[in-house]
Amino acid sequence: MLTTLSRDRLTITREQDVVPCRNRVKEAAVRIGMGIVNQTKLITAASELIRNMLRYAGGGELLIEVVCKGRESGIRLTFTDQGPGIADIQLAMQDGYSTGKSLGLGLPGTKRLVNEFDLESILGQGTTITILKWKNG
Amino acid sequence: MANTITELLKKNKTQLLDRWIHVQLTSQTLRDDLMSDDELRAQSEELVNALAKVITEENSNQPDSADFDEVFEILSTISMSRARQGFSPRETGTYINSLREAIINLLQEQLLESPAQLFAESQKLTRLLDHFSVITFETFIKGREEVIFRQTEEISDISTPVIQIWDGILALPIIGTLDSSRTQVVMENLLQKIVDTGSSIAILDISGVPAVDSLVAQHLIKTVSATRLMGADCIISGIRPEIAQTVVHLGIDLSNIITKASLASALKHAFSLQKLVIKRLEGDKIR
Repeated sequence: MLTTLSRDRLTITREQDVVPCRNRVKEAAVRIGMGIVNQTKLITAASELIRNMLRYAGGGELLIEVVCKGRESGIRLTFTDQGPGIADIQLAMQDGYSTGKSLGLGLPGTKRLVNEFDLESILGQGTTITILKWKNG
Repeated sequence: MANTITELLKKNKTQLLDRWIHVQLTSQTLRDDLMSDDELRAQSEELVNALAKVITEENSNQPDSADFDEVFEILSTISMSRARQGFSPRETGTYINSLREAIINLLQEQLLESPAQLFAESQKLTRLLDHFSVITFETFIKGREEVIFRQTEEISDISTPVIQIWDGILALPIIGTLDSSRTQVVMENLLQKIVDTGSSIAILDISGVPAVDSLVAQHLIKTVSATRLMGADCIISGIRPEIAQTVVHLGIDLSNIITKASLASALKHAFSLQKLVIKRLEGDKIR
């Protein structure tokens, strides 16, 4: 049973929004007492996905949730955009694949940085990515 | 006898101005510490004059009309100068609203007999002045945004210094996030300094970069490649333990780049590349 303790919703429209969003994620992580390594992993993962949203969908929304399951607490981030969607999810999750001119590590790398990773995408409608990082995960 | 706001503005201008000044001077939000009564009077007079000049029966119903451009300009100037003088947006908004109050007061005295017309006119007036106050707010925010924009530029300028720490060795401490525009500035500064000083080693210190994601890594790799093309070696230093772990998990390959944990060890490495040795003098006290 996953319980949500707090919610924080942010809108991302410009590159300038990346840093404040990252700071909000960090605040939430610090609040539940996450260690510095996991904090950095979570922030980096958030940073990757926010940049993806900006680059491929022109912006979107980020929902920061503090969740707990039993004694374990964690941060769940939900990234929602109304962009073009991802045509081949399997291909997008491969290391080194990119439709832009980037390193192609954003999605697969993010998955390795967090404990739970869920990607849903409908072509022409948008993409929703949910990631979860446990405090001691 | 003036029956509409247009007539009122044109015929009873002086009376209206006196009334408006009176309203402002008796208001609790009066800031005589920021602006003298004479200044306030001059500012208000300018606005009322301009408004009386352009308003007609036709356009008084269309606040978007181009006829009001002159008034908008004066309003923007007033709002901008008030922002600089330290007025709060609320005070500037109240300033416009007090004009409405003055006009309605006068109108009410004139139209005591015909409430229907009073209502129609005051509705017109509300629409027009709402538009005016929105403009003052817009200008106010624009003024603030300009300040923020200028500061952003200043920050990106001051935070990318290239320092020559030894003959032939440059150091570039990066503080904050590396985005595309920032990387451009960093790269330009660094490459130019390499040419200017004839240096052969550049140390990029990322101790002050809060997170290294794949975009930041890509920018770093690009900067290193460009430095190599110039014939200089590039060392990345200041990689904190958590950053190292994150980079590995992300799958970023930095193995082609010389990386060090601290600026000191990067400098040591640079000395060894230049075949320099640091020796402590023996038997001699440090003077």
